[in-house]
Amino acid sequence: MLVIKDLKVSIDGLEILKGIDLEVKAGEVHAIMGPNGSGKSTLASILAGRDIFNVDSGSVTFNGEDLLEKSPEERAKDGLFLGFQYPIEIPGVSMVNFLKTAINEMRKHRGQQPLSASEFLKKMREKKDLVEIDSSLTSRSVNEGFSGGEKKKNEIFQMAMLEPKLAILDETDSGLDIDALKVVAKGVNNLKSPDNATIVITHYQRLLDYIIPDYVHVLYKGRIVRSGGKELALMLEEKGYDWVRNEEVKL
Amino acid sequence: MNTITKATTLKDHFLNLFRENAGVISANSAPFLNRFREDAIARVEQAGFPVKGSEDYRYADIESVFRNDLHHIFGPRNIDLNVREIFHCDVPDLETSLLLLVNGRYYGNGKQLNKFPDGIIAGSLARASVEYPEIVRKHYNSYAGKSKDGLVSLNTAFAQDGIFIYVPEGVKADKPLQIVNIMISDNDLMAQHRNLFIAEKGAEVKIVICDHSLSAHRFLTNSVNEVYTGEDALINLTRIQNEHNGASQITHSYSHQEARSNLTASTISLHGGFIRNNVFVTLNGEHAENHSLGLYLSDKGQYIDNFVFIDHASPNCFSNQLYKGVLDDFASGSFNGRILVRRDAQKTNAFQSNNNILLTDDAKMYSRPQLEIYADDVKCSHGSTMGQLDDNALFYLRSRGIEYKEARLLLMFAFAHEVIQNIKVEALRDRIDDLVNKRLRGELSRCNNCAMQCG
Amino acid sequence: MQNEQDQILNDVTTGEYKYGFYTDIEQDTIGRGLSEDVIRQISQIKKEPEFMLEFRLRAYRHWLTMKMPEWAHLNIPAIDYQDLTYYSAPRQKARLNSLDEVDPELLDTFNKLGIPLEEQKQLSGVAVDAVMDSVSVKTTFRENLAELGIIFCSFSDAVKEYPDLVRKYMGSVVPYTDNYFAALNSAVFSDGSFCYIPKGVRCPMELSTYFRINAANSGQFERTLIVAEDNSYVSYMEGCTAPMRDENQLHAAIVEIIAMESAEVKYATVQNWYPGNKEGKGGIYNFVTKRGICKGDNSKISWTQVETGSAITWKYPSCILKGNNTTGEFYSVAVTNNHQQADTGTKMIHIGKNSKSIIVSKGISSGVSNNSYRGLVKVLRGADNARNFSQCDSLLLGDKCGAHTFPYIESGNQTAIIEHEATTSRIGEDQIFYCNQRGINTEDAIGLIVNGYAKEVLNKLPMEFAVEAQKLLQISLEGSVG
Repeated sequence: MLVIKDLKVSIDGLEILKGIDLEVKAGEVHAIMGPNGSGKSTLASILAGRDIFNVDSGSVTFNGEDLLEKSPEERAKDGLFLGFQYPIEIPGVSMVNFLKTAINEMRKHRGQQPLSASEFLKKMREKKDLVEIDSSLTSRSVNEGFSGGEKKKNEIFQMAMLEPKLAILDETDSGLDIDALKVVAKGVNNLKSPDNATIVITHYQRLLDYIIPDYVHVLYKGRIVRSGGKELALMLEEKGYDWVRNEEVKL
Repeated sequence: MNTITKATTLKDHFLNLFRENAGVISANSAPFLNRFREDAIARVEQAGFPVKGSEDYRYADIESVFRNDLHHIFGPRNIDLNVREIFHCDVPDLETSLLLLVNGRYYGNGKQLNKFPDGIIAGSLARASVEYPEIVRKHYNSYAGKSKDGLVSLNTAFAQDGIFIYVPEGVKADKPLQIVNIMISDNDLMAQHRNLFIAEKGAEVKIVICDHSLSAHRFLTNSVNEVYTGEDALINLTRIQNEHNGASQITHSYSHQEARSNLTASTISLHGGFIRNNVFVTLNGEHAENHSLGLYLSDKGQYIDNFVFIDHASPNCFSNQLYKGVLDDFASGSFNGRILVRRDAQKTNAFQSNNNILLTDDAKMYSRPQLEIYADDVKCSHGSTMGQLDDNALFYLRSRGIEYKEARLLLMFAFAHEVIQNIKVEALRDRIDDLVNKRLRGELSRCNNCAMQCG
Repeated sequence: MQNEQDQILNDVTTGEYKYGFYTDIEQDTIGRGLSEDVIRQISQIKKEPEFMLEFRLRAYRHWLTMKMPEWAHLNIPAIDYQDLTYYSAPRQKARLNSLDEVDPELLDTFNKLGIPLEEQKQLSGVAVDAVMDSVSVKTTFRENLAELGIIFCSFSDAVKEYPDLVRKYMGSVVPYTDNYFAALNSAVFSDGSFCYIPKGVRCPMELSTYFRINAANSGQFERTLIVAEDNSYVSYMEGCTAPMRDENQLHAAIVEIIAMESAEVKYATVQNWYPGNKEGKGGIYNFVTKRGICKGDNSKISWTQVETGSAITWKYPSCILKGNNTTGEFYSVAVTNNHQQADTGTKMIHIGKNSKSIIVSKGISSGVSNNSYRGLVKVLRGADNARNFSQCDSLLLGDKCGAHTFPYIESGNQTAIIEHEATTSRIGEDQIFYCNQRGINTEDAIGLIVNGYAKEVLNKLPMEFAVEAQKLLQISLEGSVG
């Protein structure tokens, strides 16, 4: 589904990703872990098409097509979803209008008819229950005045609405209490199917108690320094990132 | 130097026009309104026309829209057309009491005043000055009359009629009053009307003014509104400027607010080649509250200029100015807002904000938010921004699959909605939302019955 | 508490202007009045080359066609330009070769002002050009700087010694046609400082000019010209004081700065001209045109000003951001007390791509004074990605003063981002009480709060100035809460 080859990325001449290789197949859940500043969020942003970074070399394909050539909205329509670490507040744009526009853009892309108002509302009700999001939130402007937890839940809600093929969740767990964390995990697990995949980016092992990854990668100083099964996350938790640092020194 | 000669010529032109037509102007107005003409024309002579570059008219080229070849209708025959046949307001579900102004004169009802069961009086100002001399006398020219602006005096000298709205003490109007101000003619025309709105103590009223032009001629309107908001009274006033781009409009609004009164005045400028709105508000009693709002969406060669002056003459008052605009093509615009807090107006809360988005490098915007403060225990602030849409918001929308163009439109619409949400007539608010949406999409946003296919 | 505060306010406002003394020294003056003859006389006394006289006369003739600007929020009494003296200089013997030849009275004057000119007492790290009335008295460290190729001398010397440089740059940023006072200055200016930093040189010490008005009925018209070549750096300071007199005196100066590619110029002013007495009698009219041009790419000009003196201030230090990636900065604290009036601010003209400007203005008004910020931010069509941020705050001390903000924002580029914010506030009684409760008396509390308020700007001052400026603020203001 997603193939990243030797991806090097910089911003203002500063190299952030120094050669990333990663393959994600349908049905898989990958976790990318790493200390602050290791390049996790940059990787997520570059996959979603944020244009403040420079891709210096390497390639990314998504379902066999060159991802890096596409605009952010084309990527989204192809089924790539980014759960933002810091969801953006957009005063004046209502959640309903926002989501309806997004869904119908995607339906148009797939050659489907736009959803009628009642179909859309029905879908919204279903998904709202799924992520236990407060009804009042969806009647407000996008993320405006939402608490940190509400914003994160809103990301999962949008993911549920848009039904992506590949969801990248950028530190969706940060700043969440345990209840909210469970809600987020439930949303992700519900979405899981043999046809789609998830990349969970996180700093802590905590989230992985609820979302069981098939693979864990450790990103450090712009490189994936280790890959393994879910036990790698436990090892990290136990030994801390210093262990990675020390390992790096040895290398 | 050239401009000064031109201004002199322009002034002389109007002085002559007045001298030649004084008789017919007065004969087709009302004796009370006529009393002010001589003094006003003397003031025009003294003040002259505003000159571009002066502090108050820094960017507005008034002289360019006052052309000597515009026609005037001072006589009794205003218009032959059956306006009701060619015009009907197409705002769905908008239930209003309709008042028509055609070329600056009240139209309909055989000039009789509308007298509603709850005591509200609405109709021709000239007629009202005859039937209700004590009310008109108390307010007419009491607020605008102090102006040093030659254009206000020009209106006082020439205005023959306009709309009079009177809401008696304690009366809450159940329906909005809608003034449809139409310019229609078979030649290039200038009109100057004068409105007077009075809400007595504790009264409540919503007023909507829609400016339209229904024939493809050059139009110029120089109008004055005087608005009196009595103690505890509440007025919500919305003006939608939607003339064609061959039309020029200069509006002067003088509002006088008594204690605990609340006036919200929104001006939505969609179309119109040259628009200058002067807004003067005097907060004359404690705890008065004023909201002056403006939204301007301009493209092509439009020029839209808002000049707002809020005079905090009493303590404990609140005022808020919010003006937002999107400028496309080679449109230009100006915002000039002033908060004056007088020496004893302690505990004043006054805010002012002007936000602009330029869509091209040919568009130009000038912003001058100003504070003039002579009291120390006040909370005053202002802000002005010019710039682009928020990149992060744009990316967020796109990452959800929304096309770049659509995402931009959504954000612009949201930008504009901050002003629109203050309109208290719901059907109208939805309609304006719709108009703005269409306007931003470049679709025709005039009410459908507008015959104009203007550029 | 109210009474106590009023008392303190009284004490402070009756406080004497510290620099109000007069030096009794023999003066060479030209008689009152202004005419082409007077201008010729000035030029002759100064033994100027012909081009200077021509420049002066052109400026004078242009001035005659102009009117005093009236747009400022100021009430300026009529000035009789024929009643002023346009040249006044302390009488000196021939040319100074060493300090021994400087009149001891003069040395004493500058000592009293805290500007010792004697070699052994000179402030380390600061080179000073001391100007009294119409002439430069002494420039210190001139030789040391010359070793680095830096020219730092009086304007009169520069005209004679570096006529080509003067000719090339004088009037290139502020032409004499610019405004009424610039034209007047260009016609009659007597002296000032000249500073030239060659390519790649970082000036190792603060350069400074100290202006002193001494003579009665005289106007002071000085000119400063700073040229910073590619990759150079200089930090410049300016200070000024005048004796207390009942009549108003006119000060109309010009400062021009040219920053070439990647050059950086910092210009700091602590303006403490005599502000007049508490009834508003006397004081300096300070009508100054200061402007810099960031001519080369990546250059930077930074203005910092602390304005506490003068009866009337009319002053807008500005930056023309012509090169790409240039930066203009303006940091200002303006204090008005008693009957003082100030209309001050800046202009940032964005021409180059990616040009950035920042404006931080802190106005403090007390007494019956009026204090206005007036600033223009203009982005021209080609200035892609221009960025401006302005913050203009006003603090009112008392209910008889005025604080005003008049920004002008003009944008002609869709990629430009301009933000302006302003607030108005006063020192809250609760803030004072809080300080009182912690054992700080009201006077000190106000000093603390005002200094805190102005800190963002004071921090931008060179160290040598910062301390003085802080004291000055305290003297100008403390106790003013009503």
